[in-house]
Order: sequence, then C-alpha cells, then structure tokens
Amino acid sequence: MAIAKEKLTDMYRTMVRIRRFEERVAREFAEGNIPGSVHSYIGEEAVATGAIAHLRPDDYIMSTHRGHGHMIAKGGRTDRMMAELFAKKTGYCLGKGGSMHIADIDIGMLGAAGIVGSGIPIATGAGLSAKLRGTDQVTICFFGDGAACIGRFHEGINLGAVWKLPVIYICENNLWAVSVPTSTSLAIRDIADRAVGYGIPGVVVDGMDVLAVHEVVGEAVARAREGEGPTLVEAKTYRFRGHFEGDSGTYRPKEEIEEWQKREPIKLFEEKLLEMKVITKKEVEEIDKEILAEIDQAVKFAQESPFPKPEETLENVYA
Amino acid sequence: MREINFRQAIGEALDEEMERDPRVFILGEDVGKMGGLMGEIGGLYQKYGIDRVRDTPLSEAAILGAAIGAAITGMRPIARMRFVDFLGVAWDEILNQATKMRYMFGGKIKMPLVMDALSGAGRRTAAQHSQSLEGMMMSIPGLKIVLPSNAYDAKGLLKTAIRDDNPVIFFEHKLLMWAGPTSEVPDEEYLIPFGQADIKREGSDVTVVATAYMVTRALNAAEKLQQERGISLEIIDPRTIVPFDKETVLNSVKKTGRLVIFTEECQTGSFAGQVAAIVADEGFDYLDAPIKRVNAPDTPVPYGIILEDFWIPNEDKLTKAINEIM
Repeated sequence: MAIAKEKLTDMYRTMVRIRRFEERVAREFAEGNIPGSVHSYIGEEAVATGAIAHLRPDDYIMSTHRGHGHMIAKGGRTDRMMAELFAKKTGYCLGKGGSMHIADIDIGMLGAAGIVGSGIPIATGAGLSAKLRGTDQVTICFFGDGAACIGRFHEGINLGAVWKLPVIYICENNLWAVSVPTSTSLAIRDIADRAVGYGIPGVVVDGMDVLAVHEVVGEAVARAREGEGPTLVEAKTYRFRGHFEGDSGTYRPKEEIEEWQKREPIKLFEEKLLEMKVITKKEVEEIDKEILAEIDQAVKFAQESPFPKPEETLENVYA
Repeated sequence: MREINFRQAIGEALDEEMERDPRVFILGEDVGKMGGLMGEIGGLYQKYGIDRVRDTPLSEAAILGAAIGAAITGMRPIARMRFVDFLGVAWDEILNQATKMRYMFGGKIKMPLVMDALSGAGRRTAAQHSQSLEGMMMSIPGLKIVLPSNAYDAKGLLKTAIRDDNPVIFFEHKLLMWAGPTSEVPDEEYLIPFGQADIKREGSDVTVVATAYMVTRALNAAEKLQQERGISLEIIDPRTIVPFDKETVLNSVKKTGRLVIFTEECQTGSFAGQVAAIVADEGFDYLDAPIKRVNAPDTPVPYGIILEDFWIPNEDKLTKAINEIM
C-alpha cells in the first residue's frame, strides 16, 4: 500500500519530534529542572509513530510509564507536556501527574501508568465502550515485554478476544524489564506466539522500521474497525537509554547496545525517504531546525509557567 | 406503597437506571441468564440483552479494568464483583486506577463506575467469603463507599451511585440479601443522596453509630434496653461512609453525651476508629463517658456456627459496652 508523501513526511517529523523532546528532557532532568522520574522513549520512536499514524483523532491509545512518544504521536503538544514534567500548572495534568501519568482524554490518550500492565484491561474497556456505543473507534494498547509477564496481560487480551473488541495490543519488546532480560523472564522467543492462546492473530514486526510497523498495524486497525476483533503485535525494539533517566543501563552488554544502534530508527527512515526521493537533505535539516525551535519554545513555556498553588493539592479528587 | 426485600431493591434500582440511561450496563460473573448469585437481577438479561448484561470470564482484574476503560470513554458500567473478598484479585484497579486517574490526569476525566459486592459474615462461608473491607477501602481517596442497611435505602442509594461520576463501591450485606427485612417503598421513583445519615431510632441516652446488618442488631438491642431498663438509644446509620455525615453524629452526641460505634469489621484500621477519632477531636466537650467501639476481633472470619457467632458483633456485646458507660 503506497503511503502519501505528506503522510511519510509527517511520520518522519513525529519521530524527530519525539527524539528531540526526549533528548531535551534528558538534559533538563540532568540539570535538575524536572523533579520526578522520567523514562525515555529514545530508540523506540518507530513503534508509536508507525502505529498511531493509522488513528483518527477520536480513536484511543493506552500508554505505559514510557509514554512521551505515544502522547506526541497522538497529537500531544510538547509545550504542555514539558510543563507537566516541570510540575507546572499549565501541564496536561495541572502538574499533578508528571511524566508517568501524562494523558489527555481530549486527544484520545487515555493515560500513562506507573503500574506495568495495568493499561491492558482498561484498553479492552475502551474497546468495549466503542462497541456498545456503536462507533467504529479503535484503541491501541501499548505495553512492554515486562507487562507480558503480568496476569492482566492474559485477562485483558482474553476478554478483548472473546468479545471481539476493536483493540490492537502492541507489545514494545525492548528485551529488558529494567535490568532483567527477556531471556530470563520468558521461555518463548516471541510474545506474539501467545496470540494462539486467545484465538487472535499474532504478528512479529521489526520495531526499528517505521514502515514495517505501519504496514502490520494497518492491517490490525482495519480488522478492528471492521469488527473482526483484536490483534497482538509484537514490535522488536530497543531503548537506547537506561530504564529511567539516571539509570546507566550498564547491565546490558555493550555489544548488544551497539548492534541495535546500527539500526537507529530515525536514521533508517531518513535514508529510506532520501532514497525514495520523498524528502531532500535540505528538508531533513529544515525539519530538524523547526522541531528544535519548537522544543526550545516548549521549555521556555514550561520555565515561564506558574507552579500550582499548594492548596490545589486538594482539588480534582472527586468529580 | 409496596413491600420489597433487599434483593428486589437491587434489581429494581438496576432496572430503572438501565431503562433511563442507555449508557448504563452490567458486567460480571453469572449476571446473565443466572441473574446473579441469588437471582437478584433476574430478568435484566432477558430485557436488555447480552450487550448490556454481560457475563464475563473469571477475570476480576479484567472485569474492573474493562469497566474503568468503558467509564472514561462515555459509558456507565456496573461491575458486579460478587464477593468483596474477590476485590483482592482486582486490587490494583481499585487502588491505583479507578480512584486515581481523575486526579493524576488533572481532573479531566470522569469515572462513573459502580462496583457492587456481597460483604459481611453470618453465612458460615469462612475467611475468604465473609469479610467487611470498608475500613481498608475508606483510606483510598477518590472512592465513595455505600453501606445500605435496608431495602428502601439500598434502592435509593444504588440509583444515586449509578448517577455519580465517581467510582462508588456498594456493599450488599449477605444477611440483608438472603433474609433481610422488607421495606415499604413508594411506587414512584426516589433517590437518596450520599453523605446524609439517617436516624433509624431517636433516643436520648446513648448514640449508636451502626452500619449495614449491625443496624438491625442495634435496633433489636435498643428495643430490649428501652423495655427492660428504660435506656434510650439513638441509632444513626451513616448509609455512606465516604462521604460521611459527621454533623448528624456530632449533633446526636451533643444530645446524649455517649457514643458507641457498632460495626462488623476488624477493629484495627476500621471505620469505627475513624468515627471515634472525629468525635474525640471535634466533640470532646460533649462526651460524658469514653467512646466505645464494638467491632469484630482482629482475626480472619472463622467457619462454623460457634466460632463465627463469637466473631460477629451482636446485641449482647453492644449491651455490654453500653453498660460500661452508663
């Protein structure tokens, strides 16, 4: 399926936006401007970008603790995101959630969560809701290889499968649950194999190749919209940084990191786009410049925004 | 006016709200053709169909998780969790998801979700089917907690719970569900607001705060004490413990000068302890005697008649506490 030129450029821009946002977050964190914990999406940009490119504004995504990339790909504004990380009142969550709970229901981003795997049944429920309301909205549920080992992976996907709900379960398998490699937590090579146990399709895809992700998730989204039920997609990917900012990640072999970095997803896509003549070297530079300016602006917005008042702690508990 | 029992109250409230609002639906184990463990929602599956009365697999985390996902995207689910003890299997959904999403996402989302579950001892069902967990639940901000003590209240409170935009846990005491007294209810619709205690019996000597099935037992004890010894108990049923109507309790203690909190729950970390703390803090000057708590011992609920009856608070234990402060 040919993808329109503008769509390809948009996807490229999204990947660069995620990367530049995360790089700046790392810097701001190191400088002490972000008080809480942050988990970087650098290295995994192709997964969120390729998958969410299929969604409409009224579709839903469910994110993880590593949620910045998903949020940006779904249309999240980098200034309000940065403000949230800075714990400012102008942040998406009024400074109450931070990085781990970045969300905005208005753009269909149902939440990032600090409890690994908790989003899987919730995404199933968003799918149930779409079905009951008679819409053709779909939900993409992201989770990691760590979440594939928690009970709710089973409960949530089984329920989505038995009720044939419009949900695409995407496992971002970055091979490491903090310091524990999948080789010691899983007796199977491919998490996608588990789909057999739920009677749904399971597909493995190269998570460093945005076009491959786009193609596989495209089929899954089409199935879901047509009422044919869920798909389990496993994207093999890699986080280039530690589990959280400040984690050196030295538990991972140097050779493994270098091997994955050879397949750096933005570079891979850029080379392909240049080869396809979708984009020129000059345009690549312009996009980068434009995004860097946007991120500068986002940081400025975050810096200049007010903190919430202490007594705002007491608000928003109940509707 | 008509007479209905507690089970009918639950069934009628669900039926009326489902008819009124197409966003309301039920999910849980055996809610479909079986109509609930005691047939309390019998007929709803036949009336509303498989989409709105959904039998689920034995997956409590997914039942509650799916209810959360549906609630934040425009539906109004009722997750029937069967026994409150089973909430342990879906604890994260209560502790970290349903009760926190609104707050941590900056107040944007609504969570119109009702969890209802059988609670309480007295059916000889032992440690994993008999607990009362309201004290533990009460310490989770973001949750509302309803503990009805009769059929009339159950109907009006459940309808209010379904219309609330927050997660509400609705406890159905087993003894009320199985063999509770009937109530007169009006033919026309009624709702009971949250945070409004009900004085089940007016009195002048001792204030007794009681919840759920302990209201029945408090009323029995009050009748006997009045007849045999002329002691007058004022029985207050908070009906919802979150939000809690402390004013009604403080006003009563102001009048009686004595307070006993009579609830079926392990004493440590209990709702009873919270009421005692509030009255000690804000109503100390009204008190003529120490505050008494009559609750269950800090043990799992035992099996069998001898042990379980020892565990459950009863009229004798309440009377003994009253004797100590009169």
